[in-house]
Amino acid sequence: MNGEAVQTKPVGNAIGAAIVDPAKQSILLAALYIAQEQQGYLTREAVERVAKRLGLRPGEVYSTASFYTLFRTEPVGRYVIQVCDGLSCYLCDGAGRIAGYVGKKLNLAPGETSEDGRFTLEMVQCLASCGTAPAMRVNDQLYENLTPAGIDAILERLMGEV
Amino acid sequence: MLTRDVVTAWTPILLSRVGEPNSEKIGAYLRTGGYEGLRKALTMTPDEIIAEVKASGLRGRGGAGFPTGTKWGFIPKDAPVKYLAVNTDEGEPGTFKDRLIVERDPHSILEGVIIAAYAIGAHRAFVYIRGEFFLGVKRWIKAISDAYGHGFLGKNILGSGFDLDVSVHRGAGAYICGEETAMIESLEGGRGEPRQKPPYPAQKGLWQQPTLVQNVETLANIPHIIRCGADWYSTIGTPQSKGPKIFCVSGHVNRPGNYELPLGVTLREIIEEHAGGVRMGRKVKAVIPGGASTPILTADQLDVPMAFETLQAAGSALGTGAVIVMDETTDMVEVVRRTAGFFVHESCGGCTPCRIGGKRLLETLNAVADGRGTNKDLLKLEELTAGITGITFCPMGTGMCEPVSSGLARFRSEFEARVA
Ligand SMILES: Cc1cc2nc3c(=O)[nH]c(=O)nc-3n(C[C@H](O)[C@H](O)[C@H](O)COP(=O)(O)O)c2cc1C
Ligand code: FES
Repeated sequence: MNGEAVQTKPVGNAIGAAIVDPAKQSILLAALYIAQEQQGYLTREAVERVAKRLGLRPGEVYSTASFYTLFRTEPVGRYVIQVCDGLSCYLCDGAGRIAGYVGKKLNLAPGETSEDGRFTLEMVQCLASCGTAPAMRVNDQLYENLTPAGIDAILERLMGEV
Repeated sequence: MLTRDVVTAWTPILLSRVGEPNSEKIGAYLRTGGYEGLRKALTMTPDEIIAEVKASGLRGRGGAGFPTGTKWGFIPKDAPVKYLAVNTDEGEPGTFKDRLIVERDPHSILEGVIIAAYAIGAHRAFVYIRGEFFLGVKRWIKAISDAYGHGFLGKNILGSGFDLDVSVHRGAGAYICGEETAMIESLEGGRGEPRQKPPYPAQKGLWQQPTLVQNVETLANIPHIIRCGADWYSTIGTPQSKGPKIFCVSGHVNRPGNYELPLGVTLREIIEEHAGGVRMGRKVKAVIPGGASTPILTADQLDVPMAFETLQAAGSALGTGAVIVMDETTDMVEVVRRTAGFFVHESCGGCTPCRIGGKRLLETLNAVADGRGTNKDLLKLEELTAGITGITFCPMGTGMCEPVSSGLARFRSEFEARVA
């Protein structure tokens, strides 16, 4: 599955929204995904727009959004690199080593975004790829069986793309 | 060297398709017996289907192991509106089976969804999928739209008069949303904080209506049970654990991966025969048998059959069937810190013992692991786990304590060596 590209558009939610739902709140998460698409994070205006469209109070929308780690209220890099910090990846010598390697190449510590706004490095929980550990994600793409050489190739491609 | 058990001869049922090219497509599914279970189900009455699933002995594969047919029977027959929610949130560390089925054989789950909905009389099903599963989302949607196209979903399914609509909903990065009542909250657009049980979702679930929540792997068993019968299905497994199970093997083994085997296979056979043994010829030190929230086993417990009742007797649990193998070089204090740390991090903070107790637990573990701890800290860990276990709002708090109490009990000398 290495390198299999996946559409970023929240199509799942579009379908969820298209079929009549018993309550308008059920499309809130879907709406937040769509609202987050444009800026990469949820701006104040985006939250207010969602609230208005769904007839909710902005506070209610914030309350829900703030519960979920995939909704961001701060800007992030264009490429968010999420290295798995789970037990199986740790056992496969992944977690620390991979994050350390990526961090050194990009000169970033976990939680940091590069000054040019291109990269954010994060440590995340088990990505359900433990059988192909170590694993990491870059935006919507999953990379498995990581090695330093593999990471070099991934990062070089991303740097070329920007 | 111990003598080896006879290796189980096993032809995969649930994973029979996943290795084939284009296995996710409806054409491939139909060519290999797909939707025949549904055709048969639609000739049966809902009660007959529920009776068949009860007789099969199938128990939930999402972690709790509740008898599936019994749960279907709890859904009130006379309720005007009922829902089905499909749990694709797979977040228990070490578990990677549901993602495989969704990505490689989504129709096998969908067929189970339609049969289950028909049996309980639900006309609306919600697929809740972990936000990180991008390919899974795509595969679910494609499978659902192809199923509509073939008349397996929508109005008057295959001329039976039964209607069902299914939609896909992405979670957004919260482990707790795998817990069924938290998932319901999230599907309703709220913060994923668990609800008080009872009432159980079967009585009051989504929008306060009776709701059946079922795991992906559980549902993938249903077409086989209907197609081949409970008599056949219940010959597989042990007295209290029927059927095939997907074991997710990771950690220090030569061939990590998903292995489908009948319940009751020994842990030793899974590790030594199927997963190719421990890497670099080393010895096993510890195994987590059912995902991060199940108690850690030691190397002398490897002959335990992997079944609900036998793992419970061994002081652990089958959980999700996620087998994490650790060799003799593993630092068990670090393993416990990481495992408990995951749950502390993922606590929704809704109840005090989980929120505050978890924080203290992790602080204490950090002190011990970093060599700043004393013997008193080990006592504190015991006190904390005793205090948190069983009293939290949802089972997450207990899950947080299992690695700590089992680690302390079974690998005590490593903890003692770390403290002053
Ligand atoms: C903290 C917590 C997390 C859970 N996560 C999942 C999950 O990711 N997937 C799942 O199927 N069940 C999960 N469960 C179990 C569900 O609550 C529920 O029992 C299950 O979905 C029922 O389906 P089953 O009977 O088919 O197993 C979790 C439970 C708890 C307490
Ligand atoms: S521990 Fe890294 S993918 Fe599961």
